[in-house]
Amino acid sequence: MANTTTDHAFVEFERVQKSYDGEILVVKDLNLSMPKGEFLTMLGPSGSGKTTCLMMLAGFETATHGEIKLGGKPINNIPPHKRGIGMVFQNYALFPHMTVAENLSFPLEVRKIGKSEREEKIMRALGMVQMQDFAGRRPAQLSGGQQQRIALSRALVFEPELVLMDEPLGALDKQLRETLQFEVTRLAHDLGITTVYVTHDQTEALTMSDRVAVFDDGRIQQLAPPDQLYEEPENSFVAQFIGENNTLMGTISKITGDQCEVTLDDGEIIDAKPINVSEVGQRTRVSIRPERVEMNKERLSPDAHTLKAEVLEFIYMGDIFRTRLRVAGNDDFVIKTRNAPDQVRLTPGTQIDIGWLPQDCRALDA
Amino acid sequence: MSDATMLAADGTPLKRSLARALRRQKLRALGLIAPLLIFVLITFIVPIASMLFRSVENQIVENTLPMTVEALADWDPNAGKTPSEAVYEALYFDMFLAAEAKRHTRLGTRLNYEQTGVSSLFRQSGRALDDIGKETQKPLEELNNAWKDGETWHGIFNATDNADTALLDLQRKRVAALTGSPASDEVNFAPDATLYNLLPKTTRAYTAWAVYTATQQGRDPATRDPWEAVATALALDLRTADLSAYSGPGADLLAEAQTADLPVPAMATAFADMDEDWAGATVWKTIQTHSSTYTSGYFLNAVDAQKTPDGVAWQPDDKQILLKLFGRTIWMSLLITFSCIALGYPIAWLLANLPMRQANLLLILVLLPFWTSLLVRTSAWKVMLQQQGVINDVLVWIGLVGDGDRLIMINNQFGTIVAMTHILLPFMILPMYSVMQTIPPSYLRAAKSLGATNWTAFWRVYFPQSVPGIGAGSILVFILSIGYYITPEIVGGTKGVFISNRIAYHISSSLNWGLAAALGTILLAAVLVLYWAYDKIVGIDNVKLG
Repeated sequence: MANTTTDHAFVEFERVQKSYDGEILVVKDLNLSMPKGEFLTMLGPSGSGKTTCLMMLAGFETATHGEIKLGGKPINNIPPHKRGIGMVFQNYALFPHMTVAENLSFPLEVRKIGKSEREEKIMRALGMVQMQDFAGRRPAQLSGGQQQRIALSRALVFEPELVLMDEPLGALDKQLRETLQFEVTRLAHDLGITTVYVTHDQTEALTMSDRVAVFDDGRIQQLAPPDQLYEEPENSFVAQFIGENNTLMGTISKITGDQCEVTLDDGEIIDAKPINVSEVGQRTRVSIRPERVEMNKERLSPDAHTLKAEVLEFIYMGDIFRTRLRVAGNDDFVIKTRNAPDQVRLTPGTQIDIGWLPQDCRALDA
Repeated sequence: MSDATMLAADGTPLKRSLARALRRQKLRALGLIAPLLIFVLITFIVPIASMLFRSVENQIVENTLPMTVEALADWDPNAGKTPSEAVYEALYFDMFLAAEAKRHTRLGTRLNYEQTGVSSLFRQSGRALDDIGKETQKPLEELNNAWKDGETWHGIFNATDNADTALLDLQRKRVAALTGSPASDEVNFAPDATLYNLLPKTTRAYTAWAVYTATQQGRDPATRDPWEAVATALALDLRTADLSAYSGPGADLLAEAQTADLPVPAMATAFADMDEDWAGATVWKTIQTHSSTYTSGYFLNAVDAQKTPDGVAWQPDDKQILLKLFGRTIWMSLLITFSCIALGYPIAWLLANLPMRQANLLLILVLLPFWTSLLVRTSAWKVMLQQQGVINDVLVWIGLVGDGDRLIMINNQFGTIVAMTHILLPFMILPMYSVMQTIPPSYLRAAKSLGATNWTAFWRVYFPQSVPGIGAGSILVFILSIGYYITPEIVGGTKGVFISNRIAYHISSSLNWGLAAALGTILLAAVLVLYWAYDKIVGIDNVKLG
């Protein structure tokens, strides 16, 4: 499947819709295109349609409407076994009645590859995940992390150009997950494989991906590189789904270019950056990241609006301090400060002034 | 050493303390399962064991003809001669007691399994025995009226001080073994040791009679007349006895009888007159061959062989049926198992892969036969399959089969296989279903994503994982069908019956329980061997019933 198309896109979803029961669309008008070699993560809460998209790409579900293209060719009518897509399943799906080597040999055998070549490829694939010594074991004799490595090398052994991963690290403990996150990314980049990765773990999505597609309600809410996704969420769903986030409800009272004033529900006025609000008088949800809230007035511009806040709780978390405040009637306003030598440890009951740079405060849809 | 012993908080050794704590738990657990355990033991294990034991049990010959068996031990069956007079004599006394207890016909039936005709021979001889005895009883009573009186006999043979309790116990045992009911009641008689020395046969015969009369009939031997056999024994004894030194009770009566030279029956001739079979060697060979306490005869019969004086030999060709039947039973059970796999596998697959609602509905359909009587289901097949039945009618109606040549689908092997496949199908589907339920669909998807076609994915990935279910279902169906009885009986005709039908025949019609038990034992052993083989090949821990 040489990439003969001049088109940049390797995987394309064009106006794809999917419904299981003819009444509810689980995927609504999906458009997505990814270039060769990209590591793209589909992130979203359960039921958001991300796994359905993956299954349509793999060929296990058919699109109700729209076209899916791989390397420029529509693949809607190609059965899964002819798509040549490697896939890693959530529960690994290693064949329990075969040894590790037999598991890896399976995709090569069905491709009628000769024995010596097979063995060479198997050992190379096992080498990629440092599992050469386990060729003779059965999956049940391996730990979860080892099984995951084998599942990965099985999906890679027949050298597919596209690999799909359906929450592959979901069943592992935190430490192992982090190690494997790194390994998966390294392998994908080293081998130049195009990867579509599905997860509901935002940390995983942020650390591993070139781009992240945030799914909700059957749509891609935002498709962007991790830093952009975190720092510049385009709507309040993304802002709240990715990372920790403070929200304040208010109404737009003034818009000037890329800055606006928001009158909060208790009457206070703050500066914000309008993202998907356009008119004065529109309801808005203002979003500020906890680490961008500033307590030190000297770091703010002199004309910046500040808010009164009361400290409700101080939590020591080691590397950072997490302080919960009451701001404009909101009891769940959190700020995070670095555990630096000169950092103040606020005691509950203290009244402070807080503020932020207008570009860090995003006025989003309500 | 004592330092190393761990102590519990109260100072007792930890091990003992633990054992005590666990013992209470174990006892409670045992108490909970005790009702079931006892129930199973009494209603299942014990009857089966006792039934299986019958396949080797052969005490009936020894119990019925104890003296004959002993006397016959020295006889050489190949010498071409009939046994000695002593054997006939022993047979006379044994048969007499057995005939009085009405047990000789049982032995006749038992030996008839080995040698046709023995049954009627024994029945006839039992009736004719009295005549032999009368030949001596009459002259004795004519000689002196006192012999007519039971008290005379009792007075002579009952010991005053020198009792032979060993003889009494021996006869008690003999009567008990013969009749199968205890013979330990008070007898009001003890044989006189002196007389036993002088007149052994008479004393033995009288003791046997006395024990039988007292314990089995509840009568006082002192007031009853003894059997003719006792008179015969007396006549036999008096020919050789030296009574010159005897001065005990009835010495003069005995001396008078000895001088009178009573007629003594020639036993060999008497039996030969009764039935000429007694003058031939065949019956004797049969008795001798089958006189051991335990026998392999039933098992040999069960595999179409028989025990002969010359060793094991095949049954005559026209009596060889059981091996063929065993073979047919196993062959047809295999066919039924395979057709169950073929029909059940797709259904189990559907059950495991359909959405819950539909799967439940289908499961009810699978289980539906269980709610119908087995007899009804089998009879329904009779209606379906017979020549004027539903299937033939339909075939004739659509013109596939001419009215003249309707298919014969019942009362043959086909009928049995069809009906039993239908009846046993749920036993195949359910284990397969429960195994398939545990195979996640992601395996098939993984296989396909790795490039396997639908068939390869199924055959290389799904099927191997469903084998434990097939194994469990096959064992279940095969074991059930190998011992199936009702369905082959109803739809099998003569060609479609199983070994179990033969067992039932021997249990309820021919009453040859020994052979039935041997057949059952072989069947059980065959199943166990298959089970063992299965364990070796597939591994029994791979079998999952759920």
